[in-house]
Amino acid sequence: MKRSKKSYLLLILPAVAMFSLVMIIPFVLGVYYSFTDWTATVGKAVSFIGLENYFTAFADATFIHSFLVTMQYAIVSIVVTNALAILMAMLVTRKTKLANLYRSGFFIPNLIGGIVLGYLWQFIFNNVLVIIGNTLGLEFLQQSLLANPTVSIYALVIVGSWQYAGYIMMIYVAALQNIPSEVLEASSLDGATGFQRLRHIIFPMVAPAFTISLFLTLVTAFKQFDINFALNMGGPGTTFAGVPVMASELLALNIYQTAFSFNQMGVAQAKSIIFFVVLVVIAIIQVVLTKRREIEA
Amino acid sequence: MKRLKNISVEAFTIVLFLLFLVPFVILVINTGKDSNSIIDSALALPENWGQFITNIQLILTDPTVAYITSFVSSVIITVVSLVVIVLASSLCAWGLVRNKNKLSSIIFLVFVASMVIPFQVVMFPLVSWYKMITDATGIELLRSYLGIILAYGGFGVALSVFLYHGFIKSIPLELEEAAMMEGCNQFQLFFKIIFPILRPITVTVVILNGIWIWNDFLLPVQILGKGNAIQTLPIAVVNFVGSFVTQWNLVLTAALLAIIPIVIVYLFLQKHIIKGMVDGAVK
Repeated sequence: MKRSKKSYLLLILPAVAMFSLVMIIPFVLGVYYSFTDWTATVGKAVSFIGLENYFTAFADATFIHSFLVTMQYAIVSIVVTNALAILMAMLVTRKTKLANLYRSGFFIPNLIGGIVLGYLWQFIFNNVLVIIGNTLGLEFLQQSLLANPTVSIYALVIVGSWQYAGYIMMIYVAALQNIPSEVLEASSLDGATGFQRLRHIIFPMVAPAFTISLFLTLVTAFKQFDINFALNMGGPGTTFAGVPVMASELLALNIYQTAFSFNQMGVAQAKSIIFFVVLVVIAIIQVVLTKRREIEA
Repeated sequence: MKRLKNISVEAFTIVLFLLFLVPFVILVINTGKDSNSIIDSALALPENWGQFITNIQLILTDPTVAYITSFVSSVIITVVSLVVIVLASSLCAWGLVRNKNKLSSIIFLVFVASMVIPFQVVMFPLVSWYKMITDATGIELLRSYLGIILAYGGFGVALSVFLYHGFIKSIPLELEEAAMMEGCNQFQLFFKIIFPILRPITVTVVILNGIWIWNDFLLPVQILGKGNAIQTLPIAVVNFVGSFVTQWNLVLTAALLAIIPIVIVYLFLQKHIIKGMVDGAVK
């Protein structure tokens, strides 16, 4: 069964052509521009300036700050999202008449874009929670979380986890449902306690789902932009190393602002390449860990 | 004792479930208020739901939101992009699986590796690159349907080829050989035999890409720009917020109108959507 060379090329051409046009070529251009004084002005010649943009990026306190904030956001998000997701997965896999309703409800925030959710939560933080704070005399709610530089990042975690936990829950649900009920029944007949079952049966069976979820939440947290943009534009202002910065400005938003508010296209490009390298490292760690687990299994 | 435990766990689940949906309740009750009462009493029920109709009408007729046009644009962009992604990536994956050679392995690897590239790296050069193409050929790619659908096609194929690739590997070759014996040509073979078998994974591809494209904000902002006749719903909401900073009742109404279409689709296709999204993650 030899197929002709021509038909093979025709089959792969549409996808490969589109992909090259909007992904490969811009990517190569993007790497190149990061070493130039590119301004995105039409017709203006670009000249090579070596690593200057990278030096500028690393010397930029707002960039370093947004890096640290992104790490903080990622760590807290991973813990909160996964804890919520595991809890919800346990709750919706019980024998209950309402399981499907619960699942749908928990899942809904995922379908809606971060932009729209961001505005909705901006209203909730600035109006609803403040009213609740004033009515009940709860001091920590009387000022909007979004206006306080030390906690605004947690407001972002609340919205991000609320949006994403239902999705991660589904991954845990799939894993929990894969555990054969015979095994669990046999173990309880043999007199295993709830904790022993959790440790020796449920946990090992759910471990692969845990790895997937860990990396999904990590990468999603690192790439977060929409909610950050709509909730409060990375606000409020604060200082870092004596320089004015935005308290909850994550990496993606910092890059966006570098390009649009400050029109430093070359620097924005260098920052995005650094961002890319970080994601590559995360991906490599993930692949290595997953491979190692497969070998052990 | 056990029964008591069950009841308390159930109660806890209900409380968590309600907490999860409270933001949507807040959204709905505040679309029924005028701009004064919303600030004083964000938690109160609306005094008259007539205001709800008024707000909806205001948004529907608002020139910035241009709801009907934005909605239609969003649908056109999402649907056409999905058709392009499904056709291009299923054909490509089939070609790659059935022609085991160096080129196929390299292309597949590049697709997989590209998934790590964050959009920020390519978004600024893409706009410049589109301008260069337009200058050279005269084809309008910025601010046009062609440009944005092409972009979604290019960004969507990597994951989709990967998903199709995994699925096609499990289809026995004998099936195709038998069809060829019967005198099918390549084209008939794919569309009559292969494509129907791919249905489950096509559902996954459509859902994953559909949710992303429908809600996407950065790419349309880059390609379509602001103040364009073609704008998607997320851009419409952002523009509206930019022009009406304090009118929360109208902002929330715009948000509600942006949410409603996708929730309706979800209620109809719930099983497929959940399965599709989880399959996409676990593979």
